[in-house]
Amino acid sequence: MPLPPLPASAISLRAEAADWRQAVARAGEALERSGATLAGYADRMVEVITAYGAYVVVAPGLALVHARPGDDVLSEGIAVVTLAEPVSFGHPYNDPVSVVVAVASVSNDEHVTSVAELANVFNDPQAVPRLAAATSVDEVSRLFAEGEAG
Amino acid sequence: MRIVAVCGVGVGSSAILKLNAERALARLGLTADVSASDIDSVGVSAADAQVILTSPELVDRIGPTAADVVVIENYFDLDEVTRKVEDALS
Repeated sequence: MPLPPLPASAISLRAEAADWRQAVARAGEALERSGATLAGYADRMVEVITAYGAYVVVAPGLALVHARPGDDVLSEGIAVVTLAEPVSFGHPYNDPVSVVVAVASVSNDEHVTSVAELANVFNDPQAVPRLAAATSVDEVSRLFAEGEAG
Repeated sequence: MRIVAVCGVGVGSSAILKLNAERALARLGLTADVSASDIDSVGVSAADAQVILTSPELVDRIGPTAADVVVIENYFDLDEVTRKVEDALS
């Protein structure tokens, strides 16, 4: 199963965030803007991190944030937020985070298969630095499209 | 042979770890049953697993297990995943 679409409205570049909670909030706003989620989903993504820790920082500079499916998820969605200033999530190896990818899913099964496709984008070690340095939404869209195709 | 990839809620990063563990096995020419699980059900989901793959942040929550617990720092580093899976299975 392919990744959910990444519309321009779900991409936010050089977002201002003073700490990890604000970084997650920015990602939640991007999902909400794209129509994938309602506002409450961002808070649930924060709760996952307060409950389980910074394991969401799955690679150097990259946080993959999500919550379980719920009523606040309207459709499968993905959002990409780059930060003006990297923030620390409290991960022992992979801080600071400069790119936040947020995922929303309507069901567990679908989520498992489509999120895994992110590997096709991020197994390239240049993906995070390239995204962090992106200056246009098109550039981000292209990086994702190339990763999925490749 | 069973490998379980574990993350906090079992629907996101564990799916990535599962996929990259399968790719690592393919590189090594090995076969194993790889599944994804959340940390709260790892006791059941990994009861008969030989290897548990997880994040440094979650390793202390796994609890007593007969499986080899392998910590993956970078989920997208196929070289790291391959090396650690190979070590765990040898």
